[in-house]
Amino acid sequence: MGNYQGMMKIVHKKELVKDVYEMVLNGDAASFIKNSGQFINIKLTDTLQPYLRRPMSICDYDESNIKIIFKVVGEGTKILANKECGDTLDCLIGLGNGFEDLEARKVIVVGGGLGVPPMYNLTKQLLSHGVEVTAVLGFNSESDVFYKKEFEELCPTVIATMDGSVGIKGTVIDAIEAKQLSFDKYYACGPEKMLDALILKYPDNGYLSFEARMGCGFGACMGCSCRVKTKPYKRICVEGPVLKSSEVIVNG
Amino acid sequence: MANLRVKLPGLDMKNPITPASGTFGFGYEFARFYDLNLLGSMMLKGTTLEPRYGNPFPRIAEGPSGMLNAIGLQNPGVDAVMNEELEKLRPLYNDKVIANIGGSGIDDYIETAKRISTHDMVGALELNISCPNVHCGGIQFGTNPDMAAQVTREVKKVSKVPVYVKLSPNVTDIVAMAKAVEEAGADGITMINTLIGMRFDLKTGRSIIANGTGGYSGPAIFPVALRMVHQVSQAVDIPVIGMGGVSSGRDAIEMMIAGASAVAVGCQNLVDPFACQKIIEEMNEILDSMGIDDVNDIIGLSHKY
Repeated sequence: MGNYQGMMKIVHKKELVKDVYEMVLNGDAASFIKNSGQFINIKLTDTLQPYLRRPMSICDYDESNIKIIFKVVGEGTKILANKECGDTLDCLIGLGNGFEDLEARKVIVVGGGLGVPPMYNLTKQLLSHGVEVTAVLGFNSESDVFYKKEFEELCPTVIATMDGSVGIKGTVIDAIEAKQLSFDKYYACGPEKMLDALILKYPDNGYLSFEARMGCGFGACMGCSCRVKTKPYKRICVEGPVLKSSEVIVNG
Repeated sequence: MANLRVKLPGLDMKNPITPASGTFGFGYEFARFYDLNLLGSMMLKGTTLEPRYGNPFPRIAEGPSGMLNAIGLQNPGVDAVMNEELEKLRPLYNDKVIANIGGSGIDDYIETAKRISTHDMVGALELNISCPNVHCGGIQFGTNPDMAAQVTREVKKVSKVPVYVKLSPNVTDIVAMAKAVEEAGADGITMINTLIGMRFDLKTGRSIIANGTGGYSGPAIFPVALRMVHQVSQAVDIPVIGMGGVSSGRDAIEMMIAGASAVAVGCQNLVDPFACQKIIEEMNEILDSMGIDDVNDIIGLSHKY
């Protein structure tokens, strides 16, 4: 088989909080990953149902392992959550651009809910580039919080919850302001509302990872093309998922 | 190994398999998966005179063994396709490609055909008169035999290469459509385009596809495609390129038995980027196991019953 495709074996599965699973996939194709922030696209069964692959962000990776974190929200993620260690998955690996620019002095990484996982490996990479990193992680409520300890082991970490049950009450922007965080670049992944709010507040020097419904995940179907300021359109799966704050058309 | 070569107007195909328009971009995205030169031909992404951004999001929804799409003919326009996209493909593919053209009025079709049919890499045109996802043009031409005949006739006058017409399944009598375009001078027929469908969000009651309706494709529509290819290929004297839910070598052979002279693979490319390569390999194995030494011998095998 050519590049980008490989069979990956599930070697670890753990429910972190209700309906949110951490899974480690093992196989040589992990080496197709070039950048933090790239994604994989998983065929969940070897039958025609469900038909489409499921794109997943990468939480962490090395030469032979890929860690993903996902929430059960529908048919596909339920099938994935019911897989067991030893099962194998047909994956397309190393898709999208990822976070390519890691040159900075002082940054914040901002994760919202299921946008937290890709910030984890990114934080490690930034630290290895000698960048000063603060993590700002937003959740709905205390019961949704995961990876707090994992981030705290890497860098100063600020938690925000919408109901105030833990950390700062409010959005990630409320948390950034409350802590008076200064930064020369920021990196973010999370719900589109959160990304839009960040872009409006901090129009420059941001890199934001977007989610989209995808047909293929590798640039063929045009299902995920979005308008940007710099080109007629970019495909979230190829020229994204990471876009610069300065090129995103909010509510475009 | 069986002979897989098939000859159609404008196309000398080393095997009957071509990716279907809209599921393969302009080809080069797939060069990272396999050598494109193993393909019989390639149907390019639908091209219009002017650039089109397409429809709002979401454009994709899933269904049982298939997917709905309403991309809306997103493409950079005919000049950029000729000067940029095809130039990116040139070093990766040696055989002739099939340019798929769309439009919102008859003049658009004529001008787009006039330009792109002069390109040295283009062996044939595929007239998309059946896109369900653009509000103006497209499917209106594909559901009215007189309009279908008119656009075919006008495009034939200007095209430098053979013209195939892509038929919509969303009609009462597809044979009447096929006969109308044949009479108007079409060199071949490609079929079927997607079936119009919808999915709804349970919470809001809204259509998941922002455009409202989308085109359904994938293995779920395969039997419908077979039936229509079976009917049309017997009613016309021009070749049919069959498509609709083909996802295996077995399916491709069945499509040829139904009456297709070549087979396009659509949706399956999106799920498995290696689909065409696998299907060609599987066809070889199955034909060998059937004891058939020329794929041309199975075209329309079903017609004798």
